Amino acid sequence: MEAKKSHEPIFWTLFSAGGVVAALLLPVHLFIFGMAVPLHWIHGPAYNLLLSLAQMPIARLYLFVMCSLPLFHFAHRFRYTLYDGLQIKHLNEVVFASCYGIAVLGTVAAGWLLWRI
Amino acid sequence: MDSAAARARASAGGHSQTAPAYTEFHPRWYRPRISTYWWLGRWPYVKFILRELSSVAVAWTVAFTLFQLWSLSQGEVAYSTFTRRASSPIMIALNVIAFGFLLLHSITWFNLAPKAMAVRVSGKRLPAILISGPQFLGWFAISAIVLWIYMVRT
Repeated sequence: MEAKKSHEPIFWTLFSAGGVVAALLLPVHLFIFGMAVPLHWIHGPAYNLLLSLAQMPIARLYLFVMCSLPLFHFAHRFRYTLYDGLQIKHLNEVVFASCYGIAVLGTVAAGWLLWRI
Repeated sequence: MDSAAARARASAGGHSQTAPAYTEFHPRWYRPRISTYWWLGRWPYVKFILRELSSVAVAWTVAFTLFQLWSLSQGEVAYSTFTRRASSPIMIALNVIAFGFLLLHSITWFNLAPKAMAVRVSGKRLPAILISGPQFLGWFAISAIVLWIYMVRT
């Protein structure tokens, strides 16, 4: 319990940083690739152009930050939604491991994908 | 229910004031069980839970992006499969809902910033609009730039 308490500021900082990144970068990305292109509001970038864009070092860094930090934001916020909303404090460890497990796995996946792309 | 809680607290407080002798038995505070749906009754509570649930849309959007990046790395055929799947009615519906939650997250996040950080200039607290305003402008600017980057590459 003591050790967990002392780690809380790290998780909160990640939550906060992820919240900023999610607020600034995610809506436009989902708008383009989840709505505007599928609904033919705009033409999606051609495959080769999108690939060459994603291969630029600055774009890799951008996409890595865009994927990783928001997942830690999710982990913290969703964890407390489950605690407060569903009152499942007795499942504390399971919820904690699942939420941050998703965040770490997603970060590793993003790093691996962007390294090889 | 409330009066029962108040009575329990009052009696607990009364006992502690009389300083009882040491005992191995520690009575627990009386806490009435709160319904799992406690937040459904009032709009501010519903808004709070919706705001917290926006984190699911955040995770969904990242998952969607990772799937897109994986398809992109697998070649042109894989990527066309991704765009075809993203065009299915279910995916569009999910993404429209997720987009709504992302907007909720962005707006509530920027509006929360003035409450989280009290910036003082010569002793006076800066008006909230001067802290949240630039963040909204930054958000619009970044969104416009990203949109422009993809548009010129079509």
